Amino acid sequence: MSRSLALPAFGLALAYGLAPLLGSDYLIEAIALPFLALSLAAVGLNLLTGYTGQVSLGSAAFLAIGAYAAFNLNLRVHGQPLPLTIALAGLASAAVGVGFGLPSLRLRGFYLAVSTLAAQFFVQWALNKFAWFSNNSNSGVIDAPKLQFANVSFSSPLGRCYFSLTVVAVLTALVWRLVSVKAGRDFMAVRDHETAARIIGVPVLRAKLTAFAVSSFVIGVAGVLWAFAYLRTVEPDGFNLDRSFQILFIVIIGSLATIRGAFLGALLIVVLPLLLSRLSVAPFGGGIDAGSLDMIQRVVIGAAIIGFLIAEPEGLAALTRRASQFAGRTLKLNAASR
Amino acid sequence: MLIDFDWQFFVEVLVGGPLSGAMYALVAVGFVLIYKTSGVLNFAQGPLLLFAALTYVSLVERGLPSIAALVVVFATMTLIGLAIERTVLRLLANRPPIILFMATLGLAYIVEGGAQLLWGAQVHALDIGVSDTPLDVYGVLVSKFDLVAAGLAGLMVAALIGFFQFTRAGLAFRAAAADGYAAAAVGLRLPRILSLAWIAAGFTALVAGLLWGARLGVQFWLSLVVLKALPVLVLGGFDSILGAIVGGLIVGATEKLAEVYLRPFLGGGVEIWFAYVVALGFLLIRPAGLLRRVAVERI
Repeated sequence: MSRSLALPAFGLALAYGLAPLLGSDYLIEAIALPFLALSLAAVGLNLLTGYTGQVSLGSAAFLAIGAYAAFNLNLRVHGQPLPLTIALAGLASAAVGVGFGLPSLRLRGFYLAVSTLAAQFFVQWALNKFAWFSNNSNSGVIDAPKLQFANVSFSSPLGRCYFSLTVVAVLTALVWRLVSVKAGRDFMAVRDHETAARIIGVPVLRAKLTAFAVSSFVIGVAGVLWAFAYLRTVEPDGFNLDRSFQILFIVIIGSLATIRGAFLGALLIVVLPLLLSRLSVAPFGGGIDAGSLDMIQRVVIGAAIIGFLIAEPEGLAALTRRASQFAGRTLKLNAASR
Repeated sequence: MLIDFDWQFFVEVLVGGPLSGAMYALVAVGFVLIYKTSGVLNFAQGPLLLFAALTYVSLVERGLPSIAALVVVFATMTLIGLAIERTVLRLLANRPPIILFMATLGLAYIVEGGAQLLWGAQVHALDIGVSDTPLDVYGVLVSKFDLVAAGLAGLMVAALIGFFQFTRAGLAFRAAAADGYAAAAVGLRLPRILSLAWIAAGFTALVAGLLWGARLGVQFWLSLVVLKALPVLVLGGFDSILGAIVGGLIVGATEKLAEVYLRPFLGGGVEIWFAYVVALGFLLIRPAGLLRRVAVERI
């Protein structure tokens, strides 16, 4: 147990220490902030899809619920501390998540995956339709309030980075704990064989709804980070189906049913487009327009997904595990030969 | 309100809805073909549809006669279908269906990006020689285009049902779908069956792509037509060709009714999610679906 905790703790300490050294705000704004928000969303989706086996194509809807709930709570309830706002936004998302999770009690597999699209379209439509959600702003755009807690402001890029990092660390630790106790084993039993799980006495109904609730909670909080810490200005159309797919791709590429995978996948998905646009500038002298670049990105990401599914079904997490095992063996061999 | 209820308009909506629903069914049939033979929900069907329509339009705009363009596009779709079967699905054989589904999501991105890299992302108009003028049938206005589309959809469904139910090859297809191992054990050539299914799906993508392209213009939006077909599939069952057309008619009718009669209360845009709610509500009452049989599960 202590060994498995050592690495994440080390990584976290490193992240806190290194964040100021990133120096340029660009690295924080373009990589660190979206990376943290998407990682958390992927941790949430992984709980549902990787651990419980319920594929959801509507994650972006829950990002949106988290973001808009936090916006409204902050706007309409005065003097509410920031952590409470975030927790309540997560709970709002969890409540809606349980509602859209109800079909999972009767539907399985593809039928369920398609039914989660209902959440995607309904939420996006409702946020656009009812101006109350965005306080009557034009086309549903909301601006994030100042991030402030106990008289400390987190408005600078570095502050937002620390803020995101802390939220992500706390929630990831909770999810990690959840999947290593009985509830988590129930999730996996439902995933591996629902009928068999029911027969040996796993409370399938409770496991599924818990998974939907906790997953939506985590994704909702990720939505708060996405809207308040990363973009600062969001509109409902930003939480579209492509965003849902993006989060699902992070989970697939990173690795289903590992927490580490969510972070590795998010890193790849965030960095890949930046790398591609840099690379395309070098040989073609900026001759590729933004539209084609977008299409090239699509092709590359699509190919990466298929490549991973075929060659490394366990995703980036398995690659890093093997690399560290290999490094460990080599080190031991070197030590022995001396 | 009941007194000035416009019955003629109601009938028009009730006729026009299912007719446009037939267009959804046309897309849904492509999904069913793949699901029936290999158990995969092929999310790339929409992008394939876009690819077919975009290639056709671009070739015609470059001066190719439309018949030649059709032949070229069909040949291309055949090659793509074969390539997908060989390079992606065969390498993923015997993996859980959900993994295959995710692979088709990747395929969808590749085909969608590739189509627009190849032909550009601008909107093309497509004229297939059928006008969208309304016809007067006993005082009810019906779009000629809708009638032609519905007729084509009906024809295709009838042909496919005939093929699956009454030919030896169709029997082989159904055997492959029911149990791949058993089918291979009695000597059916699975790779050939799967390849044929992908070619047929490419053909339906071509037909659906041309009709949808003529209606909406050939553009990026076309690949999102899948999202209209999915509730149809949920309703009719992923593996039923008849279900696709019945589901299409139901979705088309309820969607039109909702758009017309719920608009005063909820405003526009309801049709984006309404079909999903109908499909979900229906499944909650009857989980086995409209025409689906419940499979016995072994532990």
